[in-house]
Amino acid sequence: MKKIFSRPESLKDNPFHYCPGCGHSIIHRLVSEVIDELGIKDRTIGVPPAGCAVLAYNYFDVDMCEAPHGRAAAVATGMKRILKDRVVFTYQGDGDIAAIGTAETIHAANRGERITAIFVNNAVYGMTGGQMAPTTLVGQESTTTPGGRLPVRDGYPLDLSAMLGLAAGSAYIERTTVSNPKGIMRTKKAIKKAFETQLEDKGFALVEILSPCPTNWKMSPKDAARWVDETMTKIFPLKVIKDVA
Amino acid sequence: MSGKTLMRGTHVLGEAAIRAGCRAYFGYPITPQNELPEYMASKFAKMDDAVFVQAESEIASINMVIGAAAAGARAMTSSSSPGISLKQEGISYLAAMELPAVIVNMMRGGPGLGNIAPAQGDYFQATRGGGHGDYRVITLAPAYGQEIADMARQAFDLADHYKTPVMILGDGMMGQMMEPVEFPDPVDLATLPRKEWIVNGSKGRASRTILSLWLDPPKEEELNWRLARKYEMISEDIPDQEMYLTDDAEFVIVAYGTAARIAKGAVHRVRESGMKVGLYRPKTLWPYPSKALKGLCEHVREFLVFEMSMGQMVEDVRLAIEGQRKVSFYGRPGGVVSTPEEVAAILSSAYNSKTN
Amino acid sequence: MSLKIIFSGFGGQGVLMMGYVLAVAGMKEDKHVTFLPAYGAEVRGGTANCTVVVSDEEIASPIASSPEFVVAMNYPSMIKYQNMVKSGGTMFLNSDLITEVPAREDINVIKVPANTLAHEMGSDRSLNMVMLGAVREITDIVSGKSISLAIETVLEGKKQKLVDMNQKAVTVGVDFILGSK
Ligand SMILES: Cc1ncc(C[n+]2csc(CCOP(=O)(O)OP(=O)(O)O)c2C)c(N)n1
Ligand code: SF4
Repeated sequence: MKKIFSRPESLKDNPFHYCPGCGHSIIHRLVSEVIDELGIKDRTIGVPPAGCAVLAYNYFDVDMCEAPHGRAAAVATGMKRILKDRVVFTYQGDGDIAAIGTAETIHAANRGERITAIFVNNAVYGMTGGQMAPTTLVGQESTTTPGGRLPVRDGYPLDLSAMLGLAAGSAYIERTTVSNPKGIMRTKKAIKKAFETQLEDKGFALVEILSPCPTNWKMSPKDAARWVDETMTKIFPLKVIKDVA
Repeated sequence: MSGKTLMRGTHVLGEAAIRAGCRAYFGYPITPQNELPEYMASKFAKMDDAVFVQAESEIASINMVIGAAAAGARAMTSSSSPGISLKQEGISYLAAMELPAVIVNMMRGGPGLGNIAPAQGDYFQATRGGGHGDYRVITLAPAYGQEIADMARQAFDLADHYKTPVMILGDGMMGQMMEPVEFPDPVDLATLPRKEWIVNGSKGRASRTILSLWLDPPKEEELNWRLARKYEMISEDIPDQEMYLTDDAEFVIVAYGTAARIAKGAVHRVRESGMKVGLYRPKTLWPYPSKALKGLCEHVREFLVFEMSMGQMVEDVRLAIEGQRKVSFYGRPGGVVSTPEEVAAILSSAYNSKTN
Repeated sequence: MSLKIIFSGFGGQGVLMMGYVLAVAGMKEDKHVTFLPAYGAEVRGGTANCTVVVSDEEIASPIASSPEFVVAMNYPSMIKYQNMVKSGGTMFLNSDLITEVPAREDINVIKVPANTLAHEMGSDRSLNMVMLGAVREITDIVSGKSISLAIETVLEGKKQKLVDMNQKAVTVGVDFILGSK
């Protein structure tokens, strides 16, 4: 019988430093489970971001190589071009992938790089203390949007995944959530498919995962999860954005 | 009762910048300076004539500064070490286009992602230009809360006067620490000298261009000569330093910023045991206050340079002394902050090894 | 005179406010002061601490490697700082949350039941100012009047009731020390 709560092999036995109710912990576990299930632990290389997941190398028991803030897709490109038979994934926050790293990400997708991007969208800059992210919702409070995000001043939430779907080189893009059990199951399926897309040499793959940040949203874990389900999904609807099949 | 307030360094810088007439701020979050953009966001939200943009990267934010400066605003950006590396391209353009701007670097431990503790590893980057090409950046190094306020005002004035980028080089601790400060009255923007070179639409005048491309080498050479003459003038005009107990000193410790505060504490302790030591603290790092330092050679036997790095400013000290005196070095890199006791021990043993 | 003091506890105990009020009080006496809050990753996990230096001379370093005084509002803080206190220095313990004492013979220990005293005066949240009152009475770093003025400055624009409550809490801390002498 399969034990549900056993630790995946690809996850080190280190306690997470993430806040209670943070989506990063769940997503780490899902990615590890998928790596285990696909049997690719010994040929997978991860590229962690600058962000709350900067210490991801303390958790993933696979080879990891840090990238400067936002440049993970470029670092992963260089790596994958050399190591064609290996599996390369990036793990990035919304600030990392959709602000400072927009150019690298769009061009990696457009070149059809055979990499897998795990994009954790928590609508804020977690690590630096809750500033506006490119994905912050209109009206949402952050430490750099006094009175809430105001479009004339701060612009609108950016739907990077939709943009990436337009790139000819992208093969699979899906948006999911880890704010409820059903979403978590769906997320795992999507992560698996994103890795398979790379293994099948189809093109660039990305899963955008809506993820609670109770700390910077100043909510309880329960309220944060509910906010994802009820509010965030309105602006970032859960769906398969692209699947070349 | 004095008009002092207890404020953290990042907020002091923001408030002083606004009072100096800063009306454009562009930045990108990075610890340990996030409270500065946050302060600017909250203040500028209540001001009609001021612009705050959280950019998508440090590269974007420095380029926004170029635009605002060219349009005539007193513009500022801030970051910490990794972000300042990204700004270097833009700073080179600012220098070439002769645009005034203020750049704040609250240094942290490096290289690479490093850490968020206070450090002084970006001295070379700040004082040698930092980006590509033949240029310099005026670099001011505050050590106290009040000096952060004073230098913020000075930075905008120098930038406008010389039409050149000015950097305020602090560190993570300075940004977080609160000290009492007194602010000057805000400048009246209308009283600032008019900028006759900005691009704001050519209505009623011939059109202007601000650029850095000079395809014809003699033209580019001309720009370089003009910049060189400007830098020479700056080097004559603005070098500044604090000399503490140096009048009768036989041995002098040289340090800037946070390291200088610690060095001063060390000087105190060492003086108590009768050793004649003093502190030389550069307040401008470029141009380096070399003349006054060299002048000390008349009665100072030896110098010890203390930095929170593996030794960068020490090269400027050696250049200034021109081999006349021994210059030794003590450094703690990586975000480690020495205690005054630790530096005092180094200082007194260096002092005694010379005497013996 | 130069005194260094570390305030430490968990978020929500008003630890930073304690240090801030003390630093403002020092400033009101025209002393040199620095206030250094912990920042960044150091504050993850819900702990809070800050270092205050009050001095007659210019302050070299705002960091305290061997502070004269440490205020521990919870048990982990006592464990973290007990070995740092300068020999002959004093550790203040919130005895409502800390039942043990530091494993040192060469420092003084002052136990203040800050939660209980705050509760008895009808303002649970004022435990920080109760503790600050005790600290003031033992250390004499700044005058009681300066603390009182500092509270007014720090809470400027807030309700008078809140100012009164905080000032009263300081008195409760002072009286506790006077009563136990
Ligand atoms: C060049 C550079 N600029 C800024 C930073 C500071 N920084 C670290 S993480 C981060 C953003 C974090 O937000 P996000 O990517 O959304 O991830 P989260 O922490 O929310 O998971 C920033 C701005 C840096 N490390 N490097
Ligand atoms: S700050 Fe937010 S994103 Fe970062 S660990 Fe905490 S909950 Fe997670």
